[in-house]
Amino acid sequence: MAVDDTSHPLIRVQGISKHFGEGETRVDALRNVSLDVHPGQVVALRGPSGSGKTTLLNVIGCILDPSSGSMELDGERVLEGGRWIRTDLRRLRLDKIGFIFQFHNLIPFLDATDNIALVLQLAGAEVGDARARAINLLDYLEVGHRRSAMPAKLSGGEAQRVAIARALANRPRIILADEPTAALDSKRAGIVMDLLRKVAVERDAAIVAVTHDEKIFDRFDHIFSLRDGALDHTGDA
Amino acid sequence: MNLAYRDIRHNLGRFLLTCVGLGLLLGVVLAMIGIYRGIVVDALTIARAPAVDLWIVEANTRGPFAEASRIPGDIREGIARIAGVSSAGSITYQTVETERRGGKLRLYVIGYEPARPGGPPKIVEGRGIARSRYEMVADRTTGLALGERIQLGRSVLTVVGLTRHQVNSGGDPAVYITLPDAQKLQFDLAPPAARVLLARGSAGASRDTVNAVVARLHPNASPDSVAETVRRWKHLSAITQAEQERILSQSLVDRARRQIGMFTTLLLIVSAVIIALIIYTMTMEKLKQIATLKLIGAPDRTIIGMIVQQALALGLIGFAIGATLIANIMGYFPRRVVLEADNILALGLVVIAVCLLSSGLGVRAALRADPATALGG
Repeated sequence: MAVDDTSHPLIRVQGISKHFGEGETRVDALRNVSLDVHPGQVVALRGPSGSGKTTLLNVIGCILDPSSGSMELDGERVLEGGRWIRTDLRRLRLDKIGFIFQFHNLIPFLDATDNIALVLQLAGAEVGDARARAINLLDYLEVGHRRSAMPAKLSGGEAQRVAIARALANRPRIILADEPTAALDSKRAGIVMDLLRKVAVERDAAIVAVTHDEKIFDRFDHIFSLRDGALDHTGDA
Repeated sequence: MNLAYRDIRHNLGRFLLTCVGLGLLLGVVLAMIGIYRGIVVDALTIARAPAVDLWIVEANTRGPFAEASRIPGDIREGIARIAGVSSAGSITYQTVETERRGGKLRLYVIGYEPARPGGPPKIVEGRGIARSRYEMVADRTTGLALGERIQLGRSVLTVVGLTRHQVNSGGDPAVYITLPDAQKLQFDLAPPAARVLLARGSAGASRDTVNAVVARLHPNASPDSVAETVRRWKHLSAITQAEQERILSQSLVDRARRQIGMFTTLLLIVSAVIIALIIYTMTMEKLKQIATLKLIGAPDRTIIGMIVQQALALGLIGFAIGATLIANIMGYFPRRVVLEADNILALGLVVIAVCLLSSGLGVRAALRADPATALGG
């Protein structure tokens, strides 16, 4: 996939380290990890269990404090020397980052439309506008016919599309996905990857996915392999 | 978007069942408060019924309710002549058991002089006692009907009127009869005993004995100064209405009152713990959703609002169910249940306070939820 690597990266991670515990109990979850993800790129984080994939995703998602390093998201310096520059990280996530989960994590007491409208309303949208935009997003992801369905009534693929729609609700340019296809069969996993690719290209977004799913490795622009908390290998798919 | 309402609507059946369970518990608390109040009100009812200012009883006693008291019936005439007294009446109290339709009927018999203080406060059906003998006004809770004839001692009396809410501190329903009937019932010996007394030559003693004389005072007369005047007669004691009520509420029913009060307090504590556990459990069940909300950027106030609103909804709906239930069944309790607006309002405020405090546990758990737990399986 042709991506302009000379553009300013949407995600710039520089020298991120994270350790848990001290002394004999110290565990280095991340060691001096640096990576850039550019607009339009869909990249994978892979590695064995305990390699630091999810820890890195949590740091990029601003839900885990790193021990050291700096980070830039969508052109804004958010982390410097292991300290957050932005204090309102929840607002930062709401505005700049969309999350896609392994098991969709839709709110079970809200229908498909309201799961998306909720995110829009949290960002300040009016009820009517939020619902209208939620319906547009569902149509865009081809699940508009299921707009009134509760999450429990959606199939795995439908639920994941609604979850993607929710992640896109506030037009974030950074999408973080945790095993987005793990709960889906090959066919549906391919459909979801196609959708993520479509989102990356049409919205000029950067998508970072943690995955073990070898079937979809060829769908990524870059694959970052982690081992024992360090980047082991970086390469094109 | 109101998340609390949406969650409740999604799990409506379970939420309502929880509310019903809590409502039953709060209903029991309300019933206990009502019984507690009922005991106090019942204890005071008989003392308030004559609507008098002064009770004249046997010297060195706190009669006629807390202790036995016997004074000569002619005392009433002397009391009526004291300056400041507008009217006085002799009165007797005793508890009897009689047979009715093959069962036992326990009655609190009040003997009084018609047209003098001491009679029933209000007749709700039938009429007051018009004849000097063998008529009775009964409280409705006796189950006696107008025109029914009932044997008390060796006399048969006819129910001519019904009153209501007239029970003694033990919950026995009251019946009002004339003083001569009451004196005969209380002081006449059975024929064999009377014959023994006659043989001893002491049968001529007067039975004109009463338990107390009650007096109403002129509006400008001081109960304390009239009581002081009465106490100069060494064989009498005088108790003002306020003192009589204090004796009844603080002495006679004190243990029952405190026991029910303690039980009510325990029930309130149990209710508070149960409300706290329900709200905490409701929150813990939603922890993953709360973590997801935090991850996608929901502020704490959204999450706190959801928990607090659900806690208040649970408490208030439960309270409404409990109050409605008790309001509809309180009439079937064997003893009076007195629920006044201030009691209901006070419990409502306690429930709101308990819900708010209890939701603190859930809020604490929610605020501690790590958004990172939303990621991963």
